[in-house]
Amino acid sequence: MSDWRDDIFDCFQEAGIRQVAYVPDAGHARLIDRAHASNDMRAVSLTTEEDGIAMLAGAWLGGDKGVMLMQSSGVGNTINMLSLIKNCQFPLVTLVTMRGEWGEWNTWQVPMGQSTPGHLELAGVTCYRCDKPEEVQETVATALRFAFYTNSAVAVLLGQRLIGAKIFPED
Amino acid sequence: MAALLKRREIVAKLLADRGEDLLVVPGLGQPCYDCFAAGDDPRTFYLWGAMGGAVPVALGLAIAQPEKRVLVITGDGEMLMGLGSLTAAAAEALPNLAICVLDNERYGETGQQQTVTGRGTNLSAIAAGAGFGTTKLVTDAADVAEGVRLCREATGPVFVAFKVDDAPEAAAIPPKDGAFLKTRFRQAVVGKI
Repeated sequence: MSDWRDDIFDCFQEAGIRQVAYVPDAGHARLIDRAHASNDMRAVSLTTEEDGIAMLAGAWLGGDKGVMLMQSSGVGNTINMLSLIKNCQFPLVTLVTMRGEWGEWNTWQVPMGQSTPGHLELAGVTCYRCDKPEEVQETVATALRFAFYTNSAVAVLLGQRLIGAKIFPED
Repeated sequence: MAALLKRREIVAKLLADRGEDLLVVPGLGQPCYDCFAAGDDPRTFYLWGAMGGAVPVALGLAIAQPEKRVLVITGDGEMLMGLGSLTAAAAEALPNLAICVLDNERYGETGQQQTVTGRGTNLSAIAAGAGFGTTKLVTDAADVAEGVRLCREATGPVFVAFKVDDAPEAAAIPPKDGAFLKTRFRQAVVGKI
C-alpha cells in the first residue's frame, strides 16, 4: 500500500490542483516538498493561515484550483477570512493536521485542537476526518470533488493518531 | 506633513483606459467606493470584508493569471492588518502584481481614528524590507504620474503608497453580493462560472 501522504498528492494531481498554500507543519512536510517539486503546482509559504484562505479565493477568481495545508492551531487564525468563502460561495479545500488530541504532550496545543471542528463548522466549513491510512485517499478525493462541484468549503482533519504524535523529551 | 493628494483623482488615473488586462482587487472601505466611482467593471473584485485579505487574494489571482496585470488598491488600515502577506507577495516575485495603498492615516470606516502610518510607520519601507524591488512613497502631486505608472506598467512586484487627504468623499456604493461579484469576475476573466 502506498504512503497516505503520497495518496494525498496523487489526489491533488488527479483534481488538477494548481496552487498549494501552506503554513508549515511537520505532518504536511512530505506533501509540501512534493508540491514544491511539482511542475503542475505552485506551493506558497505563508505567515498566517488566513492569508491562505484569501489566496485560494484569488486563485479561483483566476481559474485555478487550490488547497490550503495547515495545522489545527492555525484554524483559529482563519475565522473572519472564512466569511469571504461563505459570502462569495467560493470552493475551499483545506487539509488540517490535528494536534492537541491523540497522544499530545504539549498542553498549549490542546485548546485549539479540541475546538477545531466546532470552529470550522460554525464558520460554514464541512469537516471530514481521517484516523487510518486507508481512509485518506478516498476522503481527500471526495472532499475535492464535493468542494469544486458544489462551491462548498471542506476541511479534511488528519487525526493525530494517523500522523503520529510529536515526540518530546521526557520531562 | 500635509496630506494634500485627492484619493479619487489618483484612482481615476490608476484605472484610466484599463481595458481587459487589468484585474483590480480593492480593499474594504473607501478604496471600494473609490474604484466604483471611477467606473464599475466585472474585473474589479470589491472586498466588503475580509480585512487584511486584499494582498493575498491578489497573490492567488496573479499566480492564476500571469498574462494579466493584478492591482490591489487598498487603504492603510486594511494593509496594516495583513502586513505579513507582503512577505509572501515579495517572495513569490510575480512580475504582474502591483499594490497601491491610499494612505490617509485614518481608519475611515470606524470614525477616522488615527493609524500608525500617522505616527511614524512607513508602509513602502516595510514593503521594501519584505523584499519588494520597486517601492515608492508619493507625497507630492508632482510624483503622482510616476506612482501611477509604476502601478500600471513597472515589472512587479510593485508597491506604491500615496499619502492622501482624509476628507470624506461622495458616496459611491458598489454591489456587495459576493457570489455575484465572484461569478461576474470569473465570467469576464476565465470565461466560465
